[in-house]
Amino acid sequence: MNETGAGSGAWAIEVEGLGKSFGSHRALTGICLKVGRGEHVTVFGPNGAGKTSLIKILSTLMKPSAGTVCLDGSDISKVPSEVRRKIGLVAHQTFLYDDLTVYENLKFYGKMYDVPNLEEQIHNVVRWVRLEARLHDRVGTLSRGMQQRISIARAVIHNPSIVLLDEPEVGLDPHAIVMVREVLDSLSAGERTVVMTTHNLEQGIEMSDRVVILYKGRIVYQEHKDRIDIATFRETYDRYTESAK
Amino acid sequence: MSRMYARVFAIFWKDVLSEIRTKEIVTAVLVFALLVLVIFNFAFDPASGTTARIAPGILWVAFTFAGILGLNRVFAIEKENSSLAGLRLCPVDRMVIFWGKLAGSFTFMLVIAAVITPIFLVLFNLPLFLPRLALIIVLATLGFTSVGTLFSALAMNIRARDIMLPILFLPLVVPVIIGAVETTACVLAGGPWSDMLTWLEIMIAFDIIYLVVATLMFEFVIEE
Repeated sequence: MNETGAGSGAWAIEVEGLGKSFGSHRALTGICLKVGRGEHVTVFGPNGAGKTSLIKILSTLMKPSAGTVCLDGSDISKVPSEVRRKIGLVAHQTFLYDDLTVYENLKFYGKMYDVPNLEEQIHNVVRWVRLEARLHDRVGTLSRGMQQRISIARAVIHNPSIVLLDEPEVGLDPHAIVMVREVLDSLSAGERTVVMTTHNLEQGIEMSDRVVILYKGRIVYQEHKDRIDIATFRETYDRYTESAK
Repeated sequence: MSRMYARVFAIFWKDVLSEIRTKEIVTAVLVFALLVLVIFNFAFDPASGTTARIAPGILWVAFTFAGILGLNRVFAIEKENSSLAGLRLCPVDRMVIFWGKLAGSFTFMLVIAAVITPIFLVLFNLPLFLPRLALIIVLATLGFTSVGTLFSALAMNIRARDIMLPILFLPLVVPVIIGAVETTACVLAGGPWSDMLTWLEIMIAFDIIYLVVATLMFEFVIEE
């Protein structure tokens, strides 16, 4: 960190000594994580490990109790609006309005992010998630899987350099998971920095450059994908998952 | 600055579009307000001399209690699919979100007032052309919705929000409602401007205080 509290800017995400408490319960403790530009990191962990709290803090939806978080060199506590321009968040909730059409939802969020050439960008992202035919349908009439694809389109309408994915496949049927995964794969193929939380080991490892296991609010394991033996990793993950029960 | 207004308008227009399609707020509030007016119309004889004294109270009781129904729904739209989180992710000042939501609730309440006021005037045999009453409605609605929008956001995550909203909100908005009743009584009695000036000033002062305080408080209300 430099004197102004901003990060060095060399990393897309710099987390130092991050902590989050809810009363006496510590959701996150002493998290240190650095994610390079264009790197894809998957965070695994049992329920209650602190994955969603981490994503909420990275996305500025929640304030940390301790530590600093810098995204692209900007401290999220000091310049949250600047940071919000750089991030897109996909969660299991879609953040969409059921009574508005796909087009109206994307136009609304595009205006909020002040997206240039908005009409063109709306058509680009809708084509990317392969839902051009449903552009003028109300979101409430779409299937859960289609809504999640529109939610991904919403998250990247402003072309963010960092995309945060918080269990994006929760509540989807197998067919919808395949469709969403195809979109997420193409998301990972770009220059974007991606941090994803998931319980799906195969997909998480496949999509990432590095994997992290969060357990009881602490990072207990992190390794580059190339050095991971999936069977050993599964054993490690299962050990933490079992001990969390 | 123009970008800020464009974003306020985007939130306002999003709420208007949703309301045009669902009609959740306007229908419920209108039906409730009309029922109150009709019941009072049967309870009091509109031909008697008491009309001018009780009519202002009836109008503002109908407006206030029906309005609370509407305020309960202002942030309900943001709860579905956690859309408020989507709004909070946007790179905008929280003030923009508040003003956008306020513009929506202010407009809905004005539409409701525009429908129930002529019906009220007809039911109670009062003159239909009362331009000063329009000014009172605008001032009262602004104060009512400024505090109401803030408390609607506050009550959004409370389990018993339908009960809690009026309990929290009504004591604060009472000065504006009393002002509205007093000035409406003056208008219905054909009194001069000077008789209602003090109450108008009180309403304007409360509107300004409510707007400023609610704008400043909103950030703390919606943060996790």
